[in-house]
Amino acid sequence: MYSSIVFLPLLGSVIAGFLSLYNRDRMAELATIAGLLLSLLFSIIAFAEVAIGGEPVTVDLARWIVSGDFVAHWRLRFDTLTAVMLIVVTGVSSMVHIYSVGYMSHDKARARFMSYLSLFTFAMLMLVTADNLVQLFFGWEGVGVASYLLIGFWYKKDSAHTAAMKAFVVNRVGDFGFALGILAVYQIFGSVEFDVIFNDAGLLSKTDISFLGFTLPALEVAGILLFIGAMGKSAQLGLHTWLPDAMEGPTPVSALIHAATMVTAGVFMVCRLSPMLEFAPVSLAVITIIGGTTAIFAATVGMTQFDIKRVIAYSTCSQLGYMFFAAGVSAYPAAMFHLTTHAFFKALLFLGAGSVIHALSDEQDLRRMGGIWKKIPVTYAMMWIGSLALAGFPFFAGFYSKDMILEAAYAAHTGVGNYAFWMGCAAAFLTAFYSWRLLIMAFHGKPRASAEAMAHIHESPKVMTIPLFVLALGAIFSGWLGYELFVGHNMAAFWGDSIFILPWNHAMEGAHHVPTWVKLLPVLLAASGVVLAVLFYVVLPDMPRRVAAAFRPIYLFFFNKWYFDELYDRIFVGPAVRFGALLWQRGDKDTIDGFGPDGMSALVYRISGYCARIQTGFVFHYAFAMLIGVVIFVTWYYLRIRGVGV
Amino acid sequence: MIGDWPILTIVTFLPLFGALFLLMIRGEDEVVAQNARHVSLWVTGFTFLVSLTLLIGFDPQIPGYQFEETAEWLPGTGIGYHMGVDGISMPFVLLSTFLTPLSILASWKAIKVRVREYMIAFLVLETMMVGMFASLDMLMFYLFFEAVLIPMFIIIGVWGGARRVYAAFKFFLYTLLGSVLMLVCMLAMYIEVGTTDIPVLTGYSFGVGMQTWLFLGFMASFAVKVPMWPVHTWLPDAHVEAPTAGSMILAGVLLKMGGYGFIRFSLPMFPHASEFFAPLIFSLSIIAIIYTSLVALAQSDMKKLIAYSSVAHMGFVTIGIFTLTEQGIAGAMFQMISHGLVSAALFFSVGVVYDRLHTRDISAYGGVAAVMPRYAVFFMFMMLASVGLPGTSGFVGEMLVLVGAWKASTWVAFFTATGLVLGATYMLWLYRRVMFGGIVHDDVKTMEPINRREFAIFLPITVLVLWFGVYPASLLDLMAGSIQLVLDTVSSSGVSLLARN
Repeated sequence: MYSSIVFLPLLGSVIAGFLSLYNRDRMAELATIAGLLLSLLFSIIAFAEVAIGGEPVTVDLARWIVSGDFVAHWRLRFDTLTAVMLIVVTGVSSMVHIYSVGYMSHDKARARFMSYLSLFTFAMLMLVTADNLVQLFFGWEGVGVASYLLIGFWYKKDSAHTAAMKAFVVNRVGDFGFALGILAVYQIFGSVEFDVIFNDAGLLSKTDISFLGFTLPALEVAGILLFIGAMGKSAQLGLHTWLPDAMEGPTPVSALIHAATMVTAGVFMVCRLSPMLEFAPVSLAVITIIGGTTAIFAATVGMTQFDIKRVIAYSTCSQLGYMFFAAGVSAYPAAMFHLTTHAFFKALLFLGAGSVIHALSDEQDLRRMGGIWKKIPVTYAMMWIGSLALAGFPFFAGFYSKDMILEAAYAAHTGVGNYAFWMGCAAAFLTAFYSWRLLIMAFHGKPRASAEAMAHIHESPKVMTIPLFVLALGAIFSGWLGYELFVGHNMAAFWGDSIFILPWNHAMEGAHHVPTWVKLLPVLLAASGVVLAVLFYVVLPDMPRRVAAAFRPIYLFFFNKWYFDELYDRIFVGPAVRFGALLWQRGDKDTIDGFGPDGMSALVYRISGYCARIQTGFVFHYAFAMLIGVVIFVTWYYLRIRGVGV
Repeated sequence: MIGDWPILTIVTFLPLFGALFLLMIRGEDEVVAQNARHVSLWVTGFTFLVSLTLLIGFDPQIPGYQFEETAEWLPGTGIGYHMGVDGISMPFVLLSTFLTPLSILASWKAIKVRVREYMIAFLVLETMMVGMFASLDMLMFYLFFEAVLIPMFIIIGVWGGARRVYAAFKFFLYTLLGSVLMLVCMLAMYIEVGTTDIPVLTGYSFGVGMQTWLFLGFMASFAVKVPMWPVHTWLPDAHVEAPTAGSMILAGVLLKMGGYGFIRFSLPMFPHASEFFAPLIFSLSIIAIIYTSLVALAQSDMKKLIAYSSVAHMGFVTIGIFTLTEQGIAGAMFQMISHGLVSAALFFSVGVVYDRLHTRDISAYGGVAAVMPRYAVFFMFMMLASVGLPGTSGFVGEMLVLVGAWKASTWVAFFTATGLVLGATYMLWLYRRVMFGGIVHDDVKTMEPINRREFAIFLPITVLVLWFGVYPASLLDLMAGSIQLVLDTVSSSGVSLLARN
């Protein structure tokens, strides 16, 4: 049963892949959805047995890469951390599968789409059940490829396949770090298997390794290299540029991959490696700083964007920042808690946004929406629920998990913890602001869409709204339900050995005992964010323009996403191509060939040209040359006989 | 008993007999051509089946040579007929016998003139390739090693593209120059030891000074074959001008002769020099990876791009070999087999669209995925395998090479790993420009989906690439013993491997 959780989606994907060759779309949809629902059912059972029952399971599959003492097996690991991820992945994925039936109903290649979705789910499940770093890397790259395929699903659109490639390449930059991290771990522990790493981390916490000529603390090197991988996958500052562009993919993809599951893989990895990272305090501090900075960075960009999906994408980026700094202050359970609740309400928001886009005949620009809340009331209500949960209003899911993170950051009582706390608070304010900005611009005010689009406007079919209901239930109740389990006083029993926190890292414990103002501040900030949004976009609709004009440089800086894309284009993308052309022309053609084969043949040609010129055809030339030769020969012979010696 | 049969000799010379048979075919040109195609397909297919007995009969527990055959050749000279395979050469023998029938199939329609001569060239080529990998006598090795050049030279020079003469000349000049130096070294070794028997030479310890010169001489030849930077410039030209099947074999098998030579000769025979020159090899290989990856980015010709990518991938191989670690060498071996399969499939992918539009210019395509969906799947898969996606064979080799490289030096691992990013960039960009986007050229719309013959070429390669990616142990286990033996030979000569392992 355990391995079928992972392999049922693969089976569905393969079946759908074959069916796509024969255009049997309906059968492909049924096959993949059946696979996913079964997988979900088994995941729930696994959650009960493993997490609630407290009995981790490992399933041996086969030998994989075995060379000398480098050993990586195919082995599935089911502990509490995995079980939580199983619920998130199969839960959201099955809802997205069902939703896609409606959303993609006008598409010609539905079977291919469903096949990719299931393939993605398989890779993600391999990632979360990995028992060693190399298998984790398999899932890691697998979700990357599935994401590449799905972002570029509408491959005829130039923007889509450009974004797909960008996503893959930027992720590869992160994977560069990941791969080196695996090597560092292998050197330190002599193994890439989690059990060995977790057992020996404490013993090896004082060892140093030599990396690029420096002698550095071993676990810090490994920790930071692996975190670079996490930064790529989870779109953290610096390697985030692919995520907003990835919105070119169909909206169900954005919900599944770029909100609920794949982008959280980095957070999962950091939590998974908690037994190692606990002994790498510098790495944790780096994680905290990057996480806190990303949270605020993405929020500032998110509030200026006009594409409804990009706003939510930046929001995702920002929320991932929260999860990272939670992990950075050793509050891994809080990070996982927020990961779980976020998966539900962010998937809800994306699918809701998809419903809006679907209703408005594929319009994504907030400036051409508005005045539609009465026409699509179900979607409207769902977006409200999602936004309330995202902003962290009391008793919605985000309230529990986000507050927990902020409290833990505060309770860490470290410099970086405080930094993350204040960044997180500021981001909480902005989150509420951009969420209501989105709600108001999309649903309220005067209709700004074309008359034609307005005429076609319709509520989405049941196959799309039912998954929304399910996710909405999660967005409302998952925080309340999960609180005691994930971060309550008995959380140690729940997490078991899957998460390890050093006894003196007490952020988790201290989070329950912070001053009242720390508990209240996020809610107050969120409420004032909403008020500001209402003020800006309902009461004084002229304000946004005036503020943007008054602070034009800052506005442009935010609007242009802090100019990361321009910077990378300028220093990496452009020069690489130009430099390549230069090496080819000047290096290969001019230098190597010029002195090598071409130069040599030219030289031979020239020498033979000289030789040819000697052969003039005149008898007296030849006779003269012969005479000179005879003279030289005779002279030499004469001198030799005389014993002069030459 | 099959065990008593001289299987290696049969596998080696069977194609040659097929070639002789082809010479005897008489009749109308068209009939001769058709018969030649069928005969060579059957002969090479049968050769492949016979070579499978090597796989079945091979005992991975024995690290030394198996299926050994010896015969008198030049009595009293220490030069004899000696064949045998171990875990290092056996995979290459199978790779050669596997790819040859596929490349014959790939030439089915593309070659229209002098079909019989073309097929003869391929059959002779197969004999030379297999003989080279199976020889346990240095003189035999040299003869096969050099003789491989001739049919390939002819294939490029006669059935190649517009600038085929230039390409064939360049190919020949480079490889011959290296080989001459190797021959001199072989003579010196023969004079010193008095035999050309490879197992005997492996056991002989040459003086440290002599090792240096011998190493350099052999390296001159192997480096050209690999090819290593900066003696790689023959490769793009040769590939661009070669017919599709020629490229498949060239990239699939011929490039591996260099890597094989390094493992068979340089490491065990000149261990001190190998250790001494390892930093040089690392530097050249790292330059190869970064330099040729960047150059690949600048290409507008599909074949040239893949040719440059081959240089980068082979850079991984040379790094792996000279880490002198078990993982490094196993990774290099794995990478060679994997690259043999993947690059052959990639060159075939180019051939498929070339047969339809008769251009290799990337900008002449665009949006092909819409008209050739199955082809898109195969090409995508091979592209991802080339990029080293876990689950394909490409990953295993790269990962193990990186493990070895890290042991040798974190700097080497660091620069080698940049290949992960650069490789993804040029391959994805190629795929995107050819396959994705809207159709801008009308003739793309007329491209036919792949036919059954093309499917039959893609499918077995795909299956193997996937199999080796998911269960690489099937190959790693075969090689492990022999690789360990090579390392034992190196360490018994006093080269310290302790610092590395």
